[in-house]
Amino acid sequence: MLDDTDRLLINRLQDDLPLSSHPFAEVGKELGLSEADVISRIEAMKDSGAITRFGPFFDVAAMGGAFCLCAIAVPAGQFEHVMTEVNEFPEVAHNYERDHTLNMWFVLATETPEGIAETAERIEEKTGLQVLCFPKLQEFFIGFRVKA
Amino acid sequence: MSVETKISDREIIAALQGGLPIVAAPYAEVAVKLGMSEADLMARIAAMKDSGAIRRIAAAPNHYKLGMVANGMTVWDVEDTQVAELGAKIGALPFVTHCYERPRARDQGWPYNLFAMVHGDTPDEVEAKRAEIAAILGDACHGHDILYSKRILKKTGLRLRKRG
Repeated sequence: MLDDTDRLLINRLQDDLPLSSHPFAEVGKELGLSEADVISRIEAMKDSGAITRFGPFFDVAAMGGAFCLCAIAVPAGQFEHVMTEVNEFPEVAHNYERDHTLNMWFVLATETPEGIAETAERIEEKTGLQVLCFPKLQEFFIGFRVKA
Repeated sequence: MSVETKISDREIIAALQGGLPIVAAPYAEVAVKLGMSEADLMARIAAMKDSGAIRRIAAAPNHYKLGMVANGMTVWDVEDTQVAELGAKIGALPFVTHCYERPRARDQGWPYNLFAMVHGDTPDEVEAKRAEIAAILGDACHGHDILYSKRILKKTGLRLRKRG
């Protein structure tokens, strides 16, 4: 279970950290916590799964790559098998099960724009299912924050 | 040319994509593995932040573990001529975390071109937020749906493919 200090910390950690040789000491100073306490709390939240990852968020588009939201309508009974096949692709960054005929939604991240179509094709070959691609045409907001 | 410039951005990204080590001096630890100084690694990371290659250095939370159990991807069939104006309004709503215009796939039964991700503590809360969006879109919207997430199947950072 997260306590109030963990929640304070997780809210702070979703915003950009100062680039400092001792970033956890700096965050601790802001929040009135010791460096050792910040480190042990982040470790514990990673172990419990409350934090899935801590580090730089890369924008593949700014590095010449591309992101694309894709979906597959996976027939009942094949879901676990197809999930395993899809998740094995390193280009699949996130994958969610959703309650719709299109029940598998994942984000591809590739190092080149051409990589999206090429990867979607390889996923189709692997799974035998059609991959629908929904690239973003316009972005109206950026800055995902969940209040803990 | 200094030794450090021979280390490519690609190598630096590969060393950081799994996340930073949670230790007092994480950059020093990564720098040792890369064979460069902590100061040079930090300068390279600063340059990547300036260029936009790194958006931020932060934690990725698992919102399910934080009690945000309802996560709905709301999708809307909005008049093409109005999607830019209305999309900006929807994207500005405080409870919308991602908002994009995307291509339709009508032949696949998918007429929706505006996606807005809505999070809440309960499905009722998400439904109320969905109704708020519907009210803003009004007659410009010809149909909508909501796709609740049932499970996270995978969530990792960027993964570069191995080369060579």
